[in-house]
Amino acid sequence: MLRYLTRRLLLLIPTFIGITLITFVVIRLAPGDPAAMKLQAAQGTISSDRAALEVIAQTRKLYGLDQPISVQYISWVKRVLTFDFGDSYKDHRPVLEKIAEALPITLLLNVITLFIIYVIAIPWGVFSALSPNSVLDRLSALILFILYSLPSFWIAILLIVYLGGGDHWNLFPIAGLMSDGAEKLPWHGQLLNVLWHLVLPVLCLTYGGFSFLARFSRATLLEVIQQDFVRTAYAKGLSRFRVMVHHAFRNALIPQLTLLGTLLPSLLGGSVIIEQIFSIPGMGRLGFEAVLSRDYPVVMAIATISALLTLVSLLLSDLLYLCVDPRIRFERKGK
Amino acid sequence: MNGYWGLIWKQFFKSRMNRCALIIVSALFFVALLAPWLTSYEPNQYDLDSILLTPSSQHWMGTDDQGRDVMARLIYGSRISLSVGFVAVGIYVLIGIFVGALAGYYGGWWDMVISRAIEVMLCFPTFFLILAVLAFLGPSIYNIMIVIGVTQWTGIARLVRGEFLKLREREFVQASEVMGAGDFWIMWKHLLPNALAPVLVSAMFGVADAILTETSLSFLGFGVPPQIPSWGSVLSQAQNYMDIAWWLALAPGLAIFVTITAYNIVGEGLRDAVDPHLK
Repeated sequence: MLRYLTRRLLLLIPTFIGITLITFVVIRLAPGDPAAMKLQAAQGTISSDRAALEVIAQTRKLYGLDQPISVQYISWVKRVLTFDFGDSYKDHRPVLEKIAEALPITLLLNVITLFIIYVIAIPWGVFSALSPNSVLDRLSALILFILYSLPSFWIAILLIVYLGGGDHWNLFPIAGLMSDGAEKLPWHGQLLNVLWHLVLPVLCLTYGGFSFLARFSRATLLEVIQQDFVRTAYAKGLSRFRVMVHHAFRNALIPQLTLLGTLLPSLLGGSVIIEQIFSIPGMGRLGFEAVLSRDYPVVMAIATISALLTLVSLLLSDLLYLCVDPRIRFERKGK
Repeated sequence: MNGYWGLIWKQFFKSRMNRCALIIVSALFFVALLAPWLTSYEPNQYDLDSILLTPSSQHWMGTDDQGRDVMARLIYGSRISLSVGFVAVGIYVLIGIFVGALAGYYGGWWDMVISRAIEVMLCFPTFFLILAVLAFLGPSIYNIMIVIGVTQWTGIARLVRGEFLKLREREFVQASEVMGAGDFWIMWKHLLPNALAPVLVSAMFGVADAILTETSLSFLGFGVPPQIPSWGSVLSQAQNYMDIAWWLALAPGLAIFVTITAYNIVGEGLRDAVDPHLK
């Protein structure tokens, strides 16, 4: 166990280097020089060409762009290791501050989404696995399949048209997190207002993952039911309920648990497209806007942070697997 | 039809749903191929006298804000979506098979390095990465194909690696080795044909995914340039006229939905046919 753990932790180092290297290379692929872009933005305030060149040189020096690329990479990695991602090119605020503002919003959105997904999907999957290929199971398979293939941005648009005002029902707000002036409400009023704003985006984020998870939990339970130990449990005279709950269901939960580990990164990354459509200032939108305005420090920070978080959660889900399933041992059994 | 693939096809054709999905998939091919013969309108033909017309006998799916025929734009858009889907998946299937074969067959250092590379790619938020690269390289259909191809190969690579690891210990491979077959011969003649079915299944789902990615990118304005009709960009345009022109949002969304569903059903049917145990 300890050997496995140290090996696993040591292997994180090359992966970390790979992650930072790719991020760095992708950013350097960009043809536009941020210094020149800054100049364009400030055009009109500078009178002559010479002054312009001087400004470019100054900006390049400020951001270390005048040094060789390997030096730039190493100094950047050094700063990443101390969680110093620098300042945004756009508004000169620390990148971490911007992320700290966006992260809780995405987290709120996705925790609610994930909670709903798990609460509906697992019972749904279990029920359809209890009587496989019945009429109800076929119907549910069809519904889940349709939900699975519906593009969420299309649904988002239709929901906005039909439930968010226009010529039709005006039930839900379609943009942002709070109505104007909602800050003056008492805390429960504010909470309600935020939840009301979250209905449509959460709906769009939920159904895809929900249909995936319901299908997944049906499949895993069906597979467990076919195992020998379930037959043994029946053979020794246990009731169907007891076999299902105590023997089959517990084993079917194992893959679900690890799935949760792999879902963690998307929890923090946010959905670019849904946050963009509903104007929610979360991580997805922050990243999208940073890409649009070539705000390299923000793009690099988001890519690195989410990649590192994914790395950690992959490790966690492996360890979780090890804890809940004693059959699995990662020690090498010879070759 | 006989043999392994014959059996798979037989199993696949047993289900009515699979047959329907396959018909839709092939119909879409013909739509893309025969686009100029299917509609009398040009996808970019402006007609400012007929802006935002509701669907009628002249314009089956109405017209958009510049008087362009929506159906013509969707028919031509299928060319973009399908070619992105197939070329992108083709690129990453090739990369995945190559990389996975190296890791699975040679093991050792190859496996170590390639497994790290796969882990690195898995860790990145893919859509964000694609978005960033496209923003820097400029939106074009070729860039989309390449970026999807270069970022999404990990699934196939892991699949092929696993199959190769499993297969290379089998007797028929050892027999071939004893008879003096080279590494390439063994991989090409013995291992790859046996690993191809799961790769095909994965590629089918991959096409659906790639089409979804392309439409999402076009929707965000990062896909194909605006003058080229694409399902995603038609839908994105629709956002501005939603209150008055419902058909603008409905038609492209349905096109995307039907296509993705058809590919997913074919993928699922193939998977069940290849590995009946999973059903």
